[in-house]
Amino acid sequence: MKAKIHVTLKSGILDPQGKAIEHALDSLGFKHVANVRVGKYMELDLQEADRAKAEVAVKSMCEKLLANTIIEDYRYELTA
Amino acid sequence: MNVGVLVFPGSNCDHDCAHVLKDVLGQNVTMVWHKESSLAGLDAVILPGGFSYGDYLRTGAIARFSPVMQAVQQFAAEGKLVLGICNGFQILLEAGLLPGAMLRNKSLHFICRETYVKVENAATPFTNACKPGQVLKIPIAHADGNYYTDPVTLGGLQANAQVVFRYCTVDGKVVPGACPNGSLDNIAGIRSAQGNVLGMMPHPERCVETMLGNEDGRHIFQSMLSFLEQKKVAEVR
Repeated sequence: MKAKIHVTLKSGILDPQGKAIEHALDSLGFKHVANVRVGKYMELDLQEADRAKAEVAVKSMCEKLLANTIIEDYRYELTA
Repeated sequence: MNVGVLVFPGSNCDHDCAHVLKDVLGQNVTMVWHKESSLAGLDAVILPGGFSYGDYLRTGAIARFSPVMQAVQQFAAEGKLVLGICNGFQILLEAGLLPGAMLRNKSLHFICRETYVKVENAATPFTNACKPGQVLKIPIAHADGNYYTDPVTLGGLQANAQVVFRYCTVDGKVVPGACPNGSLDNIAGIRSAQGNVLGMMPHPERCVETMLGNEDGRHIFQSMLSFLEQKKVAEVR
């Protein structure tokens, strides 16, 4: 099973990188852009056929290491 | 006193800390590799600055799972002194030994310069050599020093006098303009609820000798030594 994990700063937390990119887009003429948020994307293979067990494992990985839940949210997709 | 300086892959202020404690202050220093599992015989440990594990994922995120951190948890729970400087502070946050997290500096820049910090609590094992409200000049060198925590935790830190250092102007005014990195409430250093764990972004080990033009950092180490000395005297009695 493959897990695709997205980690982003929680809404409401200042994202200076997002802001910098927003300004750059603005100066390129993309005037209709707002709320740029930068995150991390990770993917990994799991030696696990059971979807429920894979989900428990990925959730635990996110909570313990992949995301800092004080400042970040995470979401994931599992694909066969 | 026996002080341990932890060494993670990527630590780069470990020898500066050891130099200050050993050569300047005449203490026994043990370098403790991150694979060690014991801190036996040590009175205090320092988590030095640097880029442990290349800052991969998040600053301090990987280092907190080093075997030695298990021992640091125990060491802290026993009430022994733990000082985290810069990346060491970031590791303590990731390890949950101190509350909150670090965000990228508001300016996105790596900032390496002198800052002024106000001693908000001079009754700690790390600041007892300072006067309350004293302004110290100590340099910072970081890209992720923008301290963040939720409002409830921040309220708790303020109410329990856990905010030990705040960025300020040269004459001690804690104003937004004096904050180099966007840190919440100008926070430069906090201590644990129990009081024996301190994390600070400024580097006191970089300013302990007259030759370097600034000795303000000496107060931090001197405070720790006085605290341990008094504790020893109390134990003998």
